[in-house]
Amino acid sequence: MYIDPHVHMVSRTTDDYQRMALAGCVAITEPAFWAGYDRSTAQGFHDYFRMLTDFEPRRAAQFGIRHHTWLCINPKESEDVGLAREVLSIIPSFLECKTVLGIGEIGLNKNSRNEMTVLEEHIALAMKHGLLILVHTPHLEDKLKGTMLIMDALRNQGADPGRVLIDHVEEHTVRPVLDRGFWAGMTLYPDTKCTPQRAADIFEMHGTDRLWINSAGDWGVSDPLAVPKCQDELRRRGHLLETIRKVSYDNPRTFLSQSGRFTAPERA
Amino acid sequence: MGTPLTKQAVADLYFLEHRAKVLDLAAFLDRFDRAMGPGNDDFRVHALKAAVALLLDGKPERARRVLELWSDHSSEPIDRAPMKGALGAMPLAAKDGR
Repeated sequence: MYIDPHVHMVSRTTDDYQRMALAGCVAITEPAFWAGYDRSTAQGFHDYFRMLTDFEPRRAAQFGIRHHTWLCINPKESEDVGLAREVLSIIPSFLECKTVLGIGEIGLNKNSRNEMTVLEEHIALAMKHGLLILVHTPHLEDKLKGTMLIMDALRNQGADPGRVLIDHVEEHTVRPVLDRGFWAGMTLYPDTKCTPQRAADIFEMHGTDRLWINSAGDWGVSDPLAVPKCQDELRRRGHLLETIRKVSYDNPRTFLSQSGRFTAPERA
Repeated sequence: MGTPLTKQAVADLYFLEHRAKVLDLAAFLDRFDRAMGPGNDDFRVHALKAAVALLLDGKPERARRVLELWSDHSSEPIDRAPMKGALGAMPLAAKDGR
């Protein structure tokens, strides 16, 4: 049994829901993200948010998977501050939806000034409405710098680190994130993030508190079954079932339950 | 929590997988050397070779140190995003700022 707390199912087929359910997935959360191209209007985001809050929960439910979501304009589309502000203005109209857990995945992509501005306005929106925050950290050479800038922005705006999950950590960012009191996510993603083996290494070196794993499955080269593959990696190393359950079910449930909206069924 | 595996078990479980990865890296460098035309000073290949040196220095936390080697260590936001993607490493001489 597991929760995948970060997966972009709008980019995946219904067969993937079926395979995830067969592998033990009982709940997912889906952050808003970049579609691979820049949307030209706020109306495009409005339609995307309808998909996240209406269509995807119904598609997931066919397979016994609870679907939840996070809303934002992704940092890859934050260079246009005017459009970003229009999108920010429509988010409150979706907050009544019971499957919206918070604001995400916000953060930085190339660590630009406009991205910082839009990040700060998202943080303010989340704090105004008492919402959880899911943070995207930049890719590859930009990750270390971006992670530090994001944590500084959260601190400067007075965000409670216990209500913020900073995602896509790797060996060089996991310790600074945990040491500042944030939750951390490891994304199991071929080539550009963590493999299941490296994620298992990070658990062994940094412990299992405030740390979860996710697939971030999307339209690129990615694997919606990455979480059960990491469970299998921990199992073959001889880790206890209790440990495996903690990182793949208990930890995400504990963090996400702070929203008051997250539900994950038990399954035999 | 540490690893439950012995050194012998780690070698038994993972040697073949990483033997293949070393051969992939060797073949990539051979392919790069055989190739013609521009690109001989590609900073990413230099960064890869610099990382190989870290693997052999006998010190712990190689993965963290390699990622730090390839990271941008500047601290101020840049004026404007030049592209969406990332390249995977910084030019070694420019690691203290773009």
